Amino acid sequence: MFDPQTLPLIFAALMGVSILLYVVLDGFDLGVGLLFPFAAEAERDRMIASIGPFWDANETWLVLAIGILLVAFPVAHGDILTALYLPVAVMLIGLILRGVAFEFRAKAPLGHKRPWDAAFWAGSALTALAQGFMLGMYVMGLDWTWPKVAFSLGTAVALAVAYSFIGAAWVILKTDGALQRKAVRWAKGGIWGLVLGMGAVSVATPLVSPRIFDKWFRFPEIVALAPLPMMSALLVALLWLALRRLPTANDSFAWFPFAAATVLMVLGFFGMAYSFYPYIVPEKLTIWQAAAATESLSIILVGTLVVLPMILGYTILAYVIFRGKATKLSYD
Amino acid sequence: MDTLLLSRIQFAANISFHILFPTITIALGWVLLFFKLRFNRTGERKWMDLYMFWVKVFALSFALGVVSGITMSFQFGTNWPGFMETVGNVAGPLLAYEVLTAFFLEAVFLGIMLFGASRVPGWLHTLATFLVAFGTTMSAFWILVLNSWMHTPTGHELRDGVVHAADWWAIIFNPSMPYRLSHMLLASGLTVAFLIAGLSAYRHLRGDRTPEVTTGLRFGLILGAVLIPLQILAGDMHGLNTLEHQPQKVAAMEGNWETGGNVPLLLFALPDEAARTNHYEIGIPSLASVILKHDPAGVVPGLNDFVAEDGTVLHPPVAPVFWSFRIMVGVGMLMLAASWAGAYLMWRRGADRLPRPFLMGLTGMTFAGWVATLAGWYTTEIGRQPWLVQGVLTVEQAVGDIASGMVLSTLLAYIAIYIALLAAYIGVLFHLARKGGRYDAPVASPGMQPAE
Repeated sequence: MFDPQTLPLIFAALMGVSILLYVVLDGFDLGVGLLFPFAAEAERDRMIASIGPFWDANETWLVLAIGILLVAFPVAHGDILTALYLPVAVMLIGLILRGVAFEFRAKAPLGHKRPWDAAFWAGSALTALAQGFMLGMYVMGLDWTWPKVAFSLGTAVALAVAYSFIGAAWVILKTDGALQRKAVRWAKGGIWGLVLGMGAVSVATPLVSPRIFDKWFRFPEIVALAPLPMMSALLVALLWLALRRLPTANDSFAWFPFAAATVLMVLGFFGMAYSFYPYIVPEKLTIWQAAAATESLSIILVGTLVVLPMILGYTILAYVIFRGKATKLSYD
Repeated sequence: MDTLLLSRIQFAANISFHILFPTITIALGWVLLFFKLRFNRTGERKWMDLYMFWVKVFALSFALGVVSGITMSFQFGTNWPGFMETVGNVAGPLLAYEVLTAFFLEAVFLGIMLFGASRVPGWLHTLATFLVAFGTTMSAFWILVLNSWMHTPTGHELRDGVVHAADWWAIIFNPSMPYRLSHMLLASGLTVAFLIAGLSAYRHLRGDRTPEVTTGLRFGLILGAVLIPLQILAGDMHGLNTLEHQPQKVAAMEGNWETGGNVPLLLFALPDEAARTNHYEIGIPSLASVILKHDPAGVVPGLNDFVAEDGTVLHPPVAPVFWSFRIMVGVGMLMLAASWAGAYLMWRRGADRLPRPFLMGLTGMTFAGWVATLAGWYTTEIGRQPWLVQGVLTVEQAVGDIASGMVLSTLLAYIAIYIALLAAYIGVLFHLARKGGRYDAPVASPGMQPAE
């Protein structure tokens, strides 16, 4: 029904889109969790309210991404996940803690609220760190040697900082008053971590992989790639200028840090995707070698083409319904 | 312990913990829709009170189901890579359709259902409630299609040791799917019926006599009384279907070693696999033959038929299947007695004047559905051993090559978390019940106005 050469490409692209959506969307609500220790109790309630209607659907993009890996590239799925056994387990425990703490903190007896807040923070931190660690290991070719583990510990911290940054940007967008001013300060602190993290990954990646080095610095591709780092640098500069002026009197530009952080993540993502293509298990399996049977991919694609626009449609509907500043979270 | 056994225990722990929560949310979604529609129609406050109380339980159960479900989707890759490598061409699309048609629908509209009542028109809030219920049921549909296919695989062909889909219609409507799906949906309904009856009884015992409590009690008991005979019928049909496709599982459920007629229904026995016999049997003569063949002389297959010439045992371990089956049926009978007695007492005395011992019994049965559901799943899943996909792939072939120490460490971590969360979950449900579910905002808030 579909061409066996293009199908794996389409699924790699779909998986890429899911991962990107996940990193941006769950990124901001994980970030909100990471910022919990810096917020007062009433502020925490408001921060939770700002992500309440969204976090569940945001997390579903991870399920879709891992689902596509599972169904479209079953061999790669096994290879990658057995190599990342421990960080995956840590991430899952983090996701469990944070997902349930979100519900329990509002429903448990009042005295139990603080421990659940701590669990929410710990779960967010474990999730972010484990994901950053896995990203590092993936860049390094899923190879458990000390220098590579050390590098991955670095990316773990970098991703946690990036999530905190976009989380702070979300709070700037969704709140006002003292909490919004506080979030601007968080973002100012986080932006340096963001620059360092993205910079470190960008420098280390071509150094460990001759193939990626060649891909980045080969003429004429380097001309086409040059806008990526240049745009990122420009965005960081604009962000810094904006954060110094925020919040403005009429709340204009409150959207800017979040939008800029999103674009930064998109740029970083395209850099990564370009570097790894056509491999799905770095340096080992290409997307064509790992792809599932054509008839199975075809039947999934038909459903995806019908359903994905609907999913995007009602996801946007939810963001429209819950637009504006977050208020008290209640069921009525 | 070896990696295979540890991985099995880990998967069993994960899936046992996980299924507790979908078992509640599948039916509770429809119950919430019912409460909402009753409120729309009658405008009676008690229906909104019921909605507001049970929507909290729904949100909490849903969150636990989501996070434990994510764990499962990763376990396929981390612990059982052979599963997707061999049957991924069938399992993959089914799981993909679950994510696409169910997960996003539930997750997005749950946000609107929980927090959107004052932001969206009443009809959209009712629609969101419907879509969440529909999503949970779709999710159950796809996952039971896959599970049933693993028990009774059809519509596929093997090429170079890898399963390829040949006929999707045959894969989806595989022989055991309709029975397994109805059995599970009814199990979910019964679990929720007793959960609602149990917590309402608890509130009643504590002196909470609001109309919401009495109506909840009546609703739970009637739902249970209606569903339990249907479930007994569905379970019987499912058993007959299993007899046709997996006779060794039925032999283990009955604890029947020798093929023959006039097989008794064993009420108690200690199956001994080393001696290949039962100890201390207590049974009703010929009843198993009557149930399975509808004839006292009906020939029922025995376990000894499933031993290869060289002595390799090809049937599942007997004692766990035998006992979990009895626990499931026992709890089912208890549900029958409790719900019918409750219906009778309500008819004679009214739902607000049920005797205290009866209410205490109901409170004790709050989570009876969980026990029966787990026992039923153990029966069918252990009953498939040593196969992962019957006749296609064994559990041993699918396990990943992970150091056993690593599996042990994650297993211990999961178990510790699951025990803590289960305790917290049950604790919070009773805490919510003590607090009462009063919906204190004015009934005339925009989203909650009854439809004119």
